[in-house]
Amino acid sequence: MKLSVLVNEGPYQHQSADSALMFTKAAVEKGHEIFRVFFYHDGVNVGTRLAIPPQDDRNITEQWTALAKEHDLDLVICIAAAQRRGILDENEAKRQGKDGDNIAEGFRISGLGQLIEAGIQSDRLVIFGD
Amino acid sequence: MAEPWEDDELEGPVRKFMYVNRRAPYGTIYALESLEVVLIAAAFEQDVTLVFMDDGVYQIKKEQNTEAIGVKNFSPTYRALEGYDVEKLYVEKESLESRGLTTDDLVVPVQVVNRDQLAELMEEQEVILSF
Repeated sequence: MKLSVLVNEGPYQHQSADSALMFTKAAVEKGHEIFRVFFYHDGVNVGTRLAIPPQDDRNITEQWTALAKEHDLDLVICIAAAQRRGILDENEAKRQGKDGDNIAEGFRISGLGQLIEAGIQSDRLVIFGD
Repeated sequence: MAEPWEDDELEGPVRKFMYVNRRAPYGTIYALESLEVVLIAAAFEQDVTLVFMDDGVYQIKKEQNTEAIGVKNFSPTYRALEGYDVEKLYVEKESLESRGLTTDDLVVPVQVVNRDQLAELMEEQEVILSF
C-alpha cells in the first residue's frame, strides 16, 4: 500500500513523533511504500538538529534522519508552520536575513501543497496527533 | 511576492477531503493552522467539506473580539472560503445546541447535521484531517 504520514505534535512533549516513527519503520519493513512524511503544527520541531535530549533518552530527530537515509524517505516540514517556530534551512535563513539555520539532515522545507498532494497520491494518509 | 507556502497546482484525481475542526479558535494554534491548510488545499480543486464540531463551532461565531489577548481575529477569513469554492460547511447540531448557539450566531451559512448524519458524511470521505 502507498502510505503517507502526518505528524502534528512536537517531539518529547507528545507521543506522536515517536508513534509516527515506529509506524513508518514498521510499514517500510512490511514492504509498504511511504510516499511522504509531512510535519505540521509543533511537529515541525522534529526537524531541528539543535535539540539535545538527555544521553540516556532517545533522539527522535536522529532516528528520523537514519530511517530516511536507509529507505530514501521524503521528510517534509511545512514552511508556514516552520517559520512561526524558527525551523530554517540555509536558503530560508538567507532569504529571511537570519543568522543561522537548524534543519536536520534528511528533512526538507516545503509548502502545505505537499500535504494535499500526499492526500491525493496515497492510498492512506495516517495522522499522528492529539 | 508569493506566500512561502504556495505551491504549484498538481495533477491528480479529485478526492473527497474533509477537514474536521474540533477546537476553540484561540488558546491553541490548531484552528488557525487548519484554516491555512484549507485555503491552500482550495487551489488543488478537490472535493472539500468542512466540519465544525465540539468547541470548533466557536471558530465561526460572530462578533469575536481578540483585542484583549493580543491575537489576530481570523474569523473574517471563513467568509472568504466561498470565493475559494469551499461551500460545503457542516456544523454538528449537538455541539451547537450544547453551547447555546444557533446558526444566527455564525459568520457563514452552514448546514446543520446531527451526529449520525455526520458519521455518514465521514464514511463517504477519502481523506479526513482533524484539527
